[in-house]
Amino acid sequence: MRVCAGRTAAWLALAVVVAFYPLVVPGFWTYQIGAQSLLFGVIALSLNLLAGYGGMVSLAQMAIAGAAGYATAYFGVNSTDLGIALPWPLTVLTAIALGTLFGAVVGAISVRTRGIYCLMITLAIAVGFSLFARQNYSVFNGFNGFAGVRAPAVAGIDFNEPVPFYYLTLGVAAVALGWLYHFSRTPFGMALQGIRDNPRRMRTLGFDVIRLRIAAFALSGLIAAAGGVLFVWYNGRISPGAIDVQPTIDILIISVVGGMASPLGAFVGAVAFVLLQNFAIDLISPDRFNTLIGLAFLVVVLFSPEGLTGIAQRLMRGLRGAVRAERPPGDRETSTEEATARRIS
Amino acid sequence: MTIKTILNRLALAIGIAGLAASAGASAAGKAPIRIGGLATLEGAFAVDGKDAMRGIEMAIDEFGGEINGHPIRLVKASSDASPNSAVDAARKLIEQEDVDILVGPLSGSEGLAVKDYAKKHPGKTFLNGSSAAQDTTLRDPVRNFYRFSTDGAQWMAGLGDYVYRQKGYRKVAVVSEDYSFPYTQVFGFAYEFCRNGGEISHKYWVPIGNKDYSAVITRLPEDIDAIYVMLGGSDAVNFLTQYRQYGGSKPMIGSSVTVDQTVLSSRGPFKQYLLGTASAGPIADSWDNPGWESFVKRYQETYPNGFPSPSLFAETYYVNAKAALLALRQVGGDLSEGQKQLQKTLDSLSFQTPTGHVALDENREGISNNFVTVVAKKPNGDLYNKVVAVRKDVDQTLGMKRDAFLELGKVGRNSPTCEDLRNVGK
Repeated sequence: MRVCAGRTAAWLALAVVVAFYPLVVPGFWTYQIGAQSLLFGVIALSLNLLAGYGGMVSLAQMAIAGAAGYATAYFGVNSTDLGIALPWPLTVLTAIALGTLFGAVVGAISVRTRGIYCLMITLAIAVGFSLFARQNYSVFNGFNGFAGVRAPAVAGIDFNEPVPFYYLTLGVAAVALGWLYHFSRTPFGMALQGIRDNPRRMRTLGFDVIRLRIAAFALSGLIAAAGGVLFVWYNGRISPGAIDVQPTIDILIISVVGGMASPLGAFVGAVAFVLLQNFAIDLISPDRFNTLIGLAFLVVVLFSPEGLTGIAQRLMRGLRGAVRAERPPGDRETSTEEATARRIS
Repeated sequence: MTIKTILNRLALAIGIAGLAASAGASAAGKAPIRIGGLATLEGAFAVDGKDAMRGIEMAIDEFGGEINGHPIRLVKASSDASPNSAVDAARKLIEQEDVDILVGPLSGSEGLAVKDYAKKHPGKTFLNGSSAAQDTTLRDPVRNFYRFSTDGAQWMAGLGDYVYRQKGYRKVAVVSEDYSFPYTQVFGFAYEFCRNGGEISHKYWVPIGNKDYSAVITRLPEDIDAIYVMLGGSDAVNFLTQYRQYGGSKPMIGSSVTVDQTVLSSRGPFKQYLLGTASAGPIADSWDNPGWESFVKRYQETYPNGFPSPSLFAETYYVNAKAALLALRQVGGDLSEGQKQLQKTLDSLSFQTPTGHVALDENREGISNNFVTVVAKKPNGDLYNKVVAVRKDVDQTLGMKRDAFLELGKVGRNSPTCEDLRNVGK
């Protein structure tokens, strides 16, 4: 009971901090740090769904986000003289529908693979997609891609401005995060976790493992696509370079550093990633700051396979233990999370 | 580490501390002017980005690190050559580090993106680094964005004329990487070559980093006089090696980035073949000119661990940073009223750079010299690019009327064609 109250208080505190954050920091911190962390967090969250609950590590999430981003550019406002400008709700719906479909296709292709093979086949899809975008001029506009992409203005609120855009990404992130916590307790969510732990047993129990896995890919595609729409609005442009190998790996890094087993980990990882990317150059000589970024990630992965959220959980547990002297045996939730983390690593 | 080096370092540290203290004292009088340097300190162009930063540092040193009592502070930021990262870095410099003037970025598509970002901050002044996309200034120019260097088409000035008239080439095929900068370079070459009456019979576009060129090489027609090769560094070496192995012997014409030290110093069997290869660009290592030679000497003395000679990146960043500092000195460091005085001064600024005189057109694009070179042999057997012609005061429309030039449309794989170029302005 006390644990439950403590957890609610922690979530409330987090909600207050993120809600009032843009009111106390300058525009740069709202937009480049805050909003960017949130949108990368949404894309990484789609990977946490697959990896944390489904045991499938996909490297195609950035490609799916990119496809949705390209769709937003093609079916929306851009300065590239290419595409069809639809009203913005249709633009967004089309982009998210295409992203979801892309997610399902990636799932259908890679569903029978596990572990390193799933990683490789999804990486191949991601790289293939970015090369295709680079070579195709009729839809993707080749190397240059699209520029001049703008978020809509709704009811007098211009979502290109830092503060409205921050709240937009915060809203999307909160819905996605809340939904994922809810999802993990639905029958589908439970079945997916069952498949992760023992697919053969689930099959004997009568679950259609293949179809459930593809559905999970489609759902994660939906989340990645929502992140992709925010991604292209944030940058105002998209080109093949934004979805090639480096950004693809960045999403994996964000997930791993934050902690794949926990939905919140995606956002913790994204904040750490964005902060390091922006400020590592000020901490160390400009020629060597990437070394610092690499070292920081290495340290996290080496000392906490469950990522930064794992470290936080261990600290919390330590505190709780000190208060209550001893922990009741078989704390179900923690042990599942630990098991998941072990399995993924 | 010997005791002597330890003592040396200690002395150095004390010296630096002393300098910092004195700088602090002078800064107490007047507010520092902050200059943001934006270049690629990561990714494939990291080495070039580092040299670009040297260019800015050389310009600031030249002014003793201060303007009219205002100390100059350089704040560095890095991108990875992608437009998204360039805008993030620019945003950090302008909004977080609060720089007054930004110098950068390095590559073409970055320049277009940073120009768009500059629109949001009319009260800050942006100067281009080495980014050479045509449309950064040609179409939809931005009031507070300046480029005192030249673009990818200007970098080809003189080459088409030279190979048509001096080398007697009439028909060439193009082998080029497939993105915007090469399109601009091919255009710049074709502009003169086609208008002279030359013909470009085939164009082959290959991805960056391509390793196997056999598909292109076997399709190259027999009846051409030369191949125009727009491939960077190691790509060019791969292409040439395979072309020679196949038995090809048509001479090469190089873009501004093809015939660099990677190609010249490689030990392949094609040294003899390379002799006489013509190319063009905004700088030439071997230019026999006191201004250039003293710049090279200063670079070599300041950066013993740098390149043997300042790169294109060091030179263009140096020129743009120097333009900012010259204008700042003229207005006495006055940045009030949204830098109105500074921008007005920059509009009409012209000065001598290491590569000659530079002035701006109405879109704030540089009008400057361009160099045509051919590969020659030094007495010790090393190959180098020898200057054979200097094209003076090349402007962005390559001497044409602006309207007619704009009618040619944006450069692309197949536009404008040789035919378009022959007919334009007639």
